[in-house]
Formats: sequence, C-alpha cells, structure tokens
Amino acid sequence: MKSKNSFSPYWKTNIKYVSILLVFWFIFSFLFGIILKDYLNQFSIAGFKLGFWFAQQGSIYVFVLLIFIYVRLMNKLDKKHGFKK
Amino acid sequence: MSIQTWTYILVGLTFSVYIGIAFWSRVRSTKEFYVAGGGVGAWANGMATAADWMSAASFISMAGIISFAGYDGAVYLMGWTGGYVLLALLLAPYLRKFGKFTVPEFIAERYYSNNARMVAVFCALLVSFTYVAGQMRGVGIVFSRFLEVDINTGVIIGMLIVLFYAVLGGMKGITYTQVAQYCVLIFAFMVPAIFISIQMTGNPIPQLGFGSQLTDGSSVYLLDKLDNLNVELGFNEYTENTKPMIDIFAITLALMVGTAGLPHVIVRFFTVKKVSDARKSAGIALLLIAILYTTAPAVAAFARTNLLETISDKPYSEIPQWFKKWENTGLIKFTDLNDDGMIDYSNDQSNELYVDRDIMVLANPEIANLPNWVVALVAAGGLAAALSTAAGLLLVISASVSHDLIKRVIFPEISEKGELVVARISAFFAVCIAGYFGINPPGFVAAVVALAFGLAAASFFPAIVMGIFYKKMNREGAISGMLAGIGLMLFYMLKFKFDFFGGGSADDYWFGISPEGFGSVAMIVNFLVAFFVMNFTSPTPNAIKEIVDNIRIPENE
Repeated sequence: MKSKNSFSPYWKTNIKYVSILLVFWFIFSFLFGIILKDYLNQFSIAGFKLGFWFAQQGSIYVFVLLIFIYVRLMNKLDKKHGFKK
Repeated sequence: MSIQTWTYILVGLTFSVYIGIAFWSRVRSTKEFYVAGGGVGAWANGMATAADWMSAASFISMAGIISFAGYDGAVYLMGWTGGYVLLALLLAPYLRKFGKFTVPEFIAERYYSNNARMVAVFCALLVSFTYVAGQMRGVGIVFSRFLEVDINTGVIIGMLIVLFYAVLGGMKGITYTQVAQYCVLIFAFMVPAIFISIQMTGNPIPQLGFGSQLTDGSSVYLLDKLDNLNVELGFNEYTENTKPMIDIFAITLALMVGTAGLPHVIVRFFTVKKVSDARKSAGIALLLIAILYTTAPAVAAFARTNLLETISDKPYSEIPQWFKKWENTGLIKFTDLNDDGMIDYSNDQSNELYVDRDIMVLANPEIANLPNWVVALVAAGGLAAALSTAAGLLLVISASVSHDLIKRVIFPEISEKGELVVARISAFFAVCIAGYFGINPPGFVAAVVALAFGLAAASFFPAIVMGIFYKKMNREGAISGMLAGIGLMLFYMLKFKFDFFGGGSADDYWFGISPEGFGSVAMIVNFLVAFFVMNFTSPTPNAIKEIVDNIRIPENE
C-alpha cells in the first residue's frame, strides 16, 4: 500500500475496473445503439423499436449506472489500500 | 396574467437570486477565483457541472434538432452524455489529485514545457470563445422573443448579469449561481414535457410516454404514428437513420471524446474537496444531465406529432393563434405556393412551410395550450441554461490569460493580489468580446461549434489521457501529437465548411465522415503521431514519472 510503483496492486485493479466498464460503455452505445441498430429494431419493447430505444434512451441510463458502479468499486479499493480516512 | 407579465416576474425573480448569490460569494484569493477554493461538495459540483454543461443549445435547440432528425439525433444524446463516462473513469479523479488551476497547467507540467502550455492555451481560448458567442446570442434571442425587447438589448442585459457574478465571485460565484440555474432550467424543461406527455399519452413520465399508445382513442403507439406521418409527407421514417452509419459512429465518438476534453467541463473537477468527490460528482452531474437528455427525445417526438397534426394539410384561415405570433418572429413561414389556402408540408418542392428547429421547445407549451406561467417558465429556463454555460466559459478564458499567460509566462513576479486583479480584468474583457459576438454573430458560429468539439477531441483528450496512463509519453510526442491533431482538424473543417483547399461536397468526405465526426479521426492521428515521435526522442525525465505516480493514487501518506 501507498506504493509509488506503477505496477502496484492498486493501480492494476483500477485499470482492470476501467477496462471492463469501458467495454460495457462501448457495447450499450456504439454496438446496440448504432452498429446493431437495424437488427435490434426488429424487436420492440412497448412502443419502442429496440435499437432506437438504446440510441435515444437506454445508452444514457447505462452511462449513469457505469459511473456509479465505478464510484462504488473505487471507494472500496481506496479503503482496502488505506487511502480512505 | 399575460405571458409577458409572467415572464417579467419569473425572469426578474431568478435574476435577483443569481445576483444575491454572487454578492454572498465574492472572493479574495486566486484559489477561490479559479477553483472556488477547492471546497465545493460533490452534490453542489454535480449540479454546477450539469448547468455548466447544458447550454442554450441543449435547452432550446436539441429537442428541435432531434424532432427533425429522428434517429440521427441520437448522436447528440449519446455523444453529450457518454463523454462523462470517459471523464469519470479516465480524467476527473487524476486531474483533481494533480490539484492545479487550469488544463494548460496540467499539460505544461506533465510535459515539462511552456510550448505545450501555449498550444493548450491556444486551444482553450479557441474552443471557449467559439462556444461563448453562441451562448450570448441565445440570451439575446430568448429576451427578444419573450419580452419583445431588441436582441441587442437582451445581449447587453445578459452581459451585465454575467459580468456581475463572474468578476465579483469568480469560480465560487459561478458555482453557486450554477446550482440555482440548474434548478431553474430543469424545472422549466420538465414541467411542459410532463404536461404534454399526459395530454398525448396519459403517462406523466415523458421517457415512458413516448413509447406509449396515444390517448386519442386510436390506441396506436406514438412512434408508429410518427413513422407513418413522416412517410406520408415524404420524410424518412422517424426511427430510422438518414446519415450513413459510419458517420453516426464517428460523430458520436467525436462528441463524447470532445465532451471529456472541454476545458470548462474539466475545470469543474478541480473545485471539489477530494479525489473520491471528483468521481462521485461526475456521476451526479451525469444523472442530473440525463434527466434532461432522456426527456428531450420524448419532447422531440411529442412536438413533431403535435405540429404535423395541428398544421399539416390544414386551411391557413383556421390555424391557431400561436402560429401567427411566431410567424412575426420569422421562425415559422408559410408561402402558399399553389394558392389553395392549405398548408402543404412535405419533403419536396411542393413544401410551403418553413419551421425553425428552435420553435419545438420555445413554442411547444403554446402549441399544447399550456397555461401562461408554463410558457414564461421556458424563457427563464433558457436564460438560466445560456448564462450558466457562458459564465463557465468566461472563467476558462480569464484563467488562461491571467494564470497561464501572465503569471506563468509573461510576468511571473506578479503578486497574488495583482493576479486576481488581472483575472478580473480578463474576465471583463472576455465578457465584452463575447457580447460583441452575441450582437454581431459571425455567420460561421454553427460551423465552428463542431470545430470546438473536434479540437478538444484532437488535442486535450489524447494529451491528458496519455499523460495519466502512459508514463513513457514525452514532451516531443505529446506536442507533435497535439499539433498534428489540431492541424488535421482545422484543415478538414476549412476544406469542407469554408471551401478552402479546393473545398468539396459530402461525396468527397474521407471514409464518408463529415466534419462534425472528423474529431474522431484527428484524435486517432494525434495518438499515432505521439507514439511515433516518442520512439525517436529522449525519454520522460524521472521527476515527471514521479508526478504521474503521485496523481495515480488518491492521497499521499
């Protein structure tokens, strides 16, 4: 803990969290909202075509969720490494 | 009471609140002026960031743009929210830990070079001036439409208000007025949206209402109806794309990365108390922004359906009152080409109707027959959105001049008191220049807004991310990367927006990507050039590597 080494467990875990969350960031916006839009538009939830819904609604909800997940994970990690008073 | 009386009351009331807050939060030190003393709580910063971010364009224009663009409008919805994920995960916590006043300062210290600072200052000024001109214009437009004063008078009133709290209170004054402005603007946006959602679909939540069935007895889904109406009139289906998918992808990415690289957004995260607050307030900011951004597409769909049903193919003699009123402002124009007295609206030469996009939000409450106070509320909300963004930008401009240019380069011996005076003077001049552009808007404002995002994406974002996550990146690499990114972006804009270098049409776009989306390409070029140059130049000094190690941990022993 409090290591100045860039390969410290703290930094490694942080990078892991960031990478995983950015994969979800990509999937729910670029993949579902744009690349797979035409395919997903065959399906509907209520009056929304699914691809359209991801592009104009769903992706935004996921973005908010991703940041709060990151906040939670990092607060735990900070605590584990003695950064949180 | 009439709409105008209500507007005077609501605008007067909100303005007095802003001035009161400014007076209460006047500052005495540069740290307070630049970063509100670094003592802003996570919620307050989240609200301030949301108001700072949501400009006149988000409030007045975005729903209207989506209304006409249908699915394609998603580039703004995803682009201007997804950037916050990048901000929270890649930038905000580390820049807060770094703990300085401006973005150029980070670039200069991390890349141990005042040349890097100058490149960053140039970008920050270009991006911020581009933006602020649009905001002042927005203030003028709202004033002129709702209070029937001259646009220029409106701009000057707006200038005086911003001047008062930006010069007096610096970042501290701006932060707490932005908190108040967020409340005003979100209330003003949501009230009409909820009313209209209930009217059209019976669902009080617009986000759900826009996927519901209409209450007109037909039990048809709103979006199906809109798809059909659009097709009947010769437009594209509302829920399908008109732009090529690669361009939609590129624009969304450029806007996201540009958002994360905009200096007036980044600097908000210098103001919080600690690193964990920077992460948390990015989440809160996006949550608060998402309330408006998920409502806007619903408003867009409601407004378009309403508009098509109310005026398309109807006799001009029977149109409602609001149409005549907005005709006077030139935002709606009807030319009876075939002299049949009917309004023919279509996607070809027989079209007789011009509808300005801004009207979808500004006139929406009137189109839906909502009470007068709701109409007035929209005016107060539009002003709050424009003023809050303008103030944030002005602070970036003033800090770039007084801190980065004067204190760090031209006149380092200046005392703190002297720097504070210079900061106030630069804020004053920045307001005057912004006001000048508000009164005499250059014809290219719309064209350069895309440039602002493109530049931020092509310069700041790669330089900061590499600065934090890649210790080996050195001065030479970062500077050449930034210059290559900016240069390429400017070249592409000038070529396709201003007809320089032989010009070109949409068919000549590289990879089918429009200038709006080209920031993505320029960003990639920045990264590639930076890596290439890095490999042939001297490595990062160890002292700098230690700085990087230090910003990677949330607090020191």
